[in-house]
Amino acid sequence: MAAATLETLLGRHGHDGTRLVQILREVQDALGWLAPETLTAIAHAIDRPRAQVESSAGFYSFFHTRPLGDYRILFSDNITDRMLGSQALLRRLCERLWLEPGRVSEDGLVSVDTTSCTGMCDQGPALLANYRAITRLTPQRIDHMARLIRRRVPVSDWPREWFRVEDNIRRRDVLLGNGLAPGEALAAALERAPTALLDEIERSALRGRGGAGFGSDIKWRACRAARGDAHYVVCNADEGEPGTFKDRVLLAGFFDLVVDGMCIAGFAIGASQGFIYLRGEYRHLLDLLETRLAERRAAGLLGRDILGRGFDFDIAIHLGAGAYVCGEESALIESLEGKPGKPRIRPPFPVTHGYLGQPTTVNNVETLALAALIAVRGGEWFRTIGTASSTGTKLLSVSGDVARPGVYEFPFGVTVAAVLEAAGAQDTQAVTTAGAAGPCLTAEAFGRRIAFEDVATGGSLMVFDASRDMFEVARNFINFFAHESCGLCTPCRVGTAVNARLMDKLARGRGSPCDLEEMEKLHQLMQHASHCGLGSTATIALRDMLARFRPAFERRLRSPDFAPDFAPAFDLDAALSQARGMTGRSDPGAHLGDETSATGALRAGEEPR
Amino acid sequence: MSDEHARAAPPPRKLKLATVSLAGCFGCHTSFLDIDERLLPLLERIEFDRSPLTDIKHCGPCDIGLVEGGVCNAENVEVLREFRAHCRVLVALGACAVNGGLPAQRNNIALGELLQEVYRTGHGLAAGSRIPDDPELPLLLNQVHPVHEVVRIDYFLPGCPPSADAIWDFLNALIEGRAPTLGPGLLQYD
Amino acid sequence: MNDSFLLDGETIPFSPGQTVMQAAAAAGKYIPHLCWHPDFAPHGSCRLCIVRIGGRYATACTVGAARGQVVENRSEAIDAERRTLLQLLFVEGNHFCPSCEKSGDCVLQATAYEMGMLTPHFDHFYPDRPLDASHPEVLLEFNRCILCELCVRASRDVDRKNVFALAGRGLRSHLIVNSESGRLADTDFAATDRAAAVCPVGAILKKRVGFAMPIGKRTYDPRPIGKSHEPGTREDE
Ligand SMILES: Cc1cc2nc3c(=O)[nH]c(=O)nc-3n(C[C@H](O)[C@H](O)[C@H](O)COP(=O)(O)O)c2cc1C
Ligand code: SF4
Ligand code: SF4
Ligand code: SF4
Ligand code: FES
Repeated sequence: MAAATLETLLGRHGHDGTRLVQILREVQDALGWLAPETLTAIAHAIDRPRAQVESSAGFYSFFHTRPLGDYRILFSDNITDRMLGSQALLRRLCERLWLEPGRVSEDGLVSVDTTSCTGMCDQGPALLANYRAITRLTPQRIDHMARLIRRRVPVSDWPREWFRVEDNIRRRDVLLGNGLAPGEALAAALERAPTALLDEIERSALRGRGGAGFGSDIKWRACRAARGDAHYVVCNADEGEPGTFKDRVLLAGFFDLVVDGMCIAGFAIGASQGFIYLRGEYRHLLDLLETRLAERRAAGLLGRDILGRGFDFDIAIHLGAGAYVCGEESALIESLEGKPGKPRIRPPFPVTHGYLGQPTTVNNVETLALAALIAVRGGEWFRTIGTASSTGTKLLSVSGDVARPGVYEFPFGVTVAAVLEAAGAQDTQAVTTAGAAGPCLTAEAFGRRIAFEDVATGGSLMVFDASRDMFEVARNFINFFAHESCGLCTPCRVGTAVNARLMDKLARGRGSPCDLEEMEKLHQLMQHASHCGLGSTATIALRDMLARFRPAFERRLRSPDFAPDFAPAFDLDAALSQARGMTGRSDPGAHLGDETSATGALRAGEEPR
Repeated sequence: MSDEHARAAPPPRKLKLATVSLAGCFGCHTSFLDIDERLLPLLERIEFDRSPLTDIKHCGPCDIGLVEGGVCNAENVEVLREFRAHCRVLVALGACAVNGGLPAQRNNIALGELLQEVYRTGHGLAAGSRIPDDPELPLLLNQVHPVHEVVRIDYFLPGCPPSADAIWDFLNALIEGRAPTLGPGLLQYD
Repeated sequence: MNDSFLLDGETIPFSPGQTVMQAAAAAGKYIPHLCWHPDFAPHGSCRLCIVRIGGRYATACTVGAARGQVVENRSEAIDAERRTLLQLLFVEGNHFCPSCEKSGDCVLQATAYEMGMLTPHFDHFYPDRPLDASHPEVLLEFNRCILCELCVRASRDVDRKNVFALAGRGLRSHLIVNSESGRLADTDFAATDRAAAVCPVGAILKKRVGFAMPIGKRTYDPRPIGKSHEPGTREDE
């Protein structure tokens, strides 16, 4: 049975090793988990070394090489979910199921754990049930869910309402209010020669919306100029930055514009194949998007001879499997090739050596949609919107302590304060402007502008009012990075883990001032020595919070006269617990106090005798 | 670490030195004594407080403390804290103090299993052997720790053991109020 | 061929296509490194080779040499960051040198000496990665693996066997071998493979040859690693 399932499935993927991540996901869906013999069989079928198959299976959070239950429940663990009560709901579900978080129930039925932000911050708390998103959790939903699991009702038969994902568009501008018909932008683009199209993009001064703000015309021109057997377009829909969900909304509601944008990019650079790398958390969109691609093929808007103009371009969707680092373009390409998503050495850059070593342009979903808009309305028009060095509009995902969380489209140049006002934020003490990976602004900076030249953002704005404990925000971010570090390079792999341990130590009230210094030092090291942007941005928010919310950290230090410059990370008395248990002792010698009040101890600066 | 701690008072006052072996093998102390005839001029400059070389039971205020061995039981913790409280400059002496060393190689075995194996189920035990519960015996910690995980340490002198020359150089620097460094060939982890 | 750059003030010639590391090594200059090896493509993972070029940080093993570069290598500031990187590696694994057969021949240890690392400084993680003694001739001690992927590269690119790979993510990254049982004995690995000789640390060890060299005669006893690159000395193994 398993062998037959496997064979059909592998056949459907043409036994193609570059599709390994897709194969692993589908095999796991079918068989429940990835057993050692399953990995061996896959390796045979795709003719790759078994160790490489195991390597990919072991890298992604959503793959398991041991059974984790028929029901796998993963609570989104972003700070915004926590602020909406996700932790209590997780405990509640565990209690209802007689379960410990992270453990599989004894009957092998279910496991409950956490996962990185699932991109539902505007409608949290959220979770994934067998990798399907469920939003707007309430205690009632949790109780109901526990009953359904105990009665072994398949996830596909759970109430439809639970799986509803809202768009929550709160402000529309030129992009979200575009009113274009499917293929309209593409038709306009194909009127021109590719070089003329590139000139139009150049006139628009469009900069990438994925974070770095790289000039799109420069990227496309470089890719077009690069020699190769084939060129590729990749739409980066990995959207893993905590607090971001605007790409989800674009895909759900404006998919034709995005596909038009991809076709246009393909036309401009000379590609005939495109990929959409869709984050695994957005599994709910997959069937919808596949259907829409099929409809476009039937309508002559995708595939062979698009619009009868002799332009061939098709798109395949790859689903990610729970790895934030795969948003980094070279890691994304590795993943597209079926490998673990570890960032490549750059240069060479993807524009010359990308997918399968061929010239590849990787663009954010929003960038591609905007390129389509520019193809119709023109670069000059686009340039009249926004600021001189940040043209056009920006989609902002706003969540946290606001009355109206959702997606806001504003022209670049809008102030942080204006966004907060529009979203109904009150009593705001802090805003993170680039998810977990960027700065944390406080009130005096709310007059600053959203723009590449001022507050640069990929679009994630998380808002924290005065009631929030910023230490817990920082700790949530630090744990996120420790979980998401790909492990390639020393400073990030070990540095994020040391940081997480230090934050846990502080959370237990065991910190000392030198722990704070240690975090500053690691921040420097990770900035200087990390291999990719994940490591070099992982401590920016922490650094800002350490500077601006010092008391939130200092409250976690042991009293200064006890631990002026050092405190152990662990409770020494608790470290005797196993021995006490084994010997049954409880005499005073079987315990360790917090400190020795040794008589005659030296005080600071004192000399012996 | 900070220079304040390194700057000991100038002569004529003899500096007080305390030494102890926690979860160590006395190898580092033996290596210390290997400075041989240099011990005599050293004794012009220092006097020993608590140390295996004296019979002083508790550490008084000292200038320098040398700690050999890692921290494996409750008594080690008490003694280490006593040293930290009384010594202006505390030095981790040798591999075990620096990284837990040989005793720390038990750290991946749960202590319960370990005690069970050693006292109950292991080979060659007398019938009815049990885990000792005498209050005179210090309880074991769940894991063995290097000294810097329990108290603040000012300087580290690795080696298994550090050579007599390394110890000599190190001590001289401390006595003269310099931050100690290890010259060529003196830094060894084995 | 008259292209050159400055490394800590010294003129280093380079030929087109060379990295800063390759050019420095060819000129007998030492840039600290763990995952780089002259016979293999660079990997850029240990980050020990970070240098500053015109104020910007880069890894010498991956960055191309270019005319007029001003490269800062052995400054106290950079060596201090290297020391921290080494400390992170020491606490991540389990490095008890006195009982390690690689001691004295170990690139990690020798580099730590060169950087003057006196203490691992951070709290230890004490990983629990059981060793694999299944193979008749070679032992795997995973607790000493620094994830440099030299064995992965050697087995893939030279031996053409793909015996090794890394699995897991973040701190849970670990070395795996190419067999369903996970045991080295069940792969086609041989002690004569290049991968058997390339490990910079004591993670891949030939059996029955340990501690053969007396202390004083081992690779880095007479010459610290920083001097081993000068003309007339051998690199690594
Ligand atoms: C750790 C990390 C995560 C990233 N995640 C994303 C992402 O989810 N979506 C995205 O478009 N770009 C992401 N990027 C940026 C991409 O590497 C790349 O710059 C971007 O996709 C280029 O698209 P653009 O030119 O349209 O901005 C990420 C970068 C890093 C370092
Ligand atoms: S910085 Fe982090 S995510 Fe990036 S390569 Fe290094 S370990 Fe991987
Ligand atoms: S691998 Fe190197 S550093 Fe690690 S224990 Fe062995 S000799 Fe020491
Ligand atoms: S076993 Fe050795 S060569 Fe292989 S990755 Fe680990 S440290 Fe590198
Ligand atoms: S030697 Fe350059 S990163 Fe390892």
